[in-house]
Amino acid sequence: MAAEAHSIDALGQFKLHTALGPFGASVNFTQSNLMMVIAAGLILALLYFGAKPRAVVPGRLQAAAELAYDFIHKMCVDQIGEEGRRFFPFVFTLFFFVLFGNLLGLLPFSFTYTSHIAVTATLAITVIVLVTVVALAIHGMHFFTYFWPKGTPVALAPIIIPVEIISYLSRPVSLSIRLFANMVAGHVMFEVFASFMVMMAGAGVIGYFGAAGPLALNVVLMGFELLVAFLQAYVFAVLTCIYLHDAVHLH
Amino acid sequence: MGIRLGHASAGRWAGRQILRRRWQLAASAAVLLITAAPAWAAEGMPQLDFANKLTTAQVVWLAIIFVALYLLLSRWALPQVASVLEMRATSIAGDLDAARRAKSEADAAVAEQAKATREAHASAQAEISAAVATSKAAADSESVTLNAKLDQQIAEAEERIARARAAAMGALEQVATETALEVVSRLTGTAIDGSTVNRAVAAALAARAS
Repeated sequence: MAAEAHSIDALGQFKLHTALGPFGASVNFTQSNLMMVIAAGLILALLYFGAKPRAVVPGRLQAAAELAYDFIHKMCVDQIGEEGRRFFPFVFTLFFFVLFGNLLGLLPFSFTYTSHIAVTATLAITVIVLVTVVALAIHGMHFFTYFWPKGTPVALAPIIIPVEIISYLSRPVSLSIRLFANMVAGHVMFEVFASFMVMMAGAGVIGYFGAAGPLALNVVLMGFELLVAFLQAYVFAVLTCIYLHDAVHLH
Repeated sequence: MGIRLGHASAGRWAGRQILRRRWQLAASAAVLLITAAPAWAAEGMPQLDFANKLTTAQVVWLAIIFVALYLLLSRWALPQVASVLEMRATSIAGDLDAARRAKSEADAAVAEQAKATREAHASAQAEISAAVATSKAAADSESVTLNAKLDQQIAEAEERIARARAAAMGALEQVATETALEVVSRLTGTAIDGSTVNRAVAAALAARAS
């Protein structure tokens, strides 16, 4: 990545290029999309091979698949209520798509598709469109009372209503930027420390010892990034559930 | 129920506050990155390069892959896991039911056993007391007959003794009279009147008997 020894190209890792040779190039299939396909395949494989033994006492893979299922199912029912069962497959898809994107991105030579604002914004807009459609389908025109909380003085209407509308519309922005910024920040730090390590090592024997510092930092950072990968996927899924709860119950 | 829901919404509110704070942090980090990006790379962040057709192509492929993943998960993969979980739940419920049935059967058997033991105990006790009563009655009647027989024998013996005694007493009077007559005639050489002797002997015997 660092072509010249004296400049750190921390953002080059996010550059898109086509994958799968001329076939990918002909349909603009990027390496980001390849990672999405791999993530989707891994999620499906986990559930398929996990559910295959159909054992009453589960093995490791089956326990993992059941844990994944129960975790999201519980999240949906706890956050949304009994109606949450209907949204369970969507929240499951969302959580594991984001989680596998975050985790696969930590592997060397891979690509983090969740570090692209276009990807996270698409997911967030999908969530907000779904939430609005669900709210309209359940409550009809009554949905618009959402922007007018009960018991607010009429005099405050010109302030409250725009504030509520802006806060509603800022949901996809916060959802997408949170995930995108977390992923970008982590990967930029990896790149900066790694480039710094290479630069130090280039400075001779003393540099070898100096390079140990950034190396140790990157090791610590990897642990931290694993946490962030889970946390951000969880935050994304939980916020989706909270928005769905609001859509189903209107406050 | 209301309290539980209240807790849940309070938790959700606290969660939102934390998330809001996190969002502020993340947003400021993003702004920092976006403004600082040109300092690192002349072309800026590749993520914001919307002139690149790959950026939009990526979104189209994302939509295709995400929808395909959603359909495969909701129609094919998740129902499999659900059926495994359901199978386990039903098999556990069935096992619990069988265990509960077996337990109630065992309880009934134990109760029956206890009842039978109690009944056997009671009937044995009754039989024992009946046997005791019969044997006591038999012993009583036997002892009554034995006593009667003994009483009769005693009475007979007493009667015999009385008869013998009376006979002996009768004989004694005659012997005493004769002896007295003989003694008197030998000593005195004169015969005395038998009736006088008889009277004297009777008086002496009466005196003795009294």
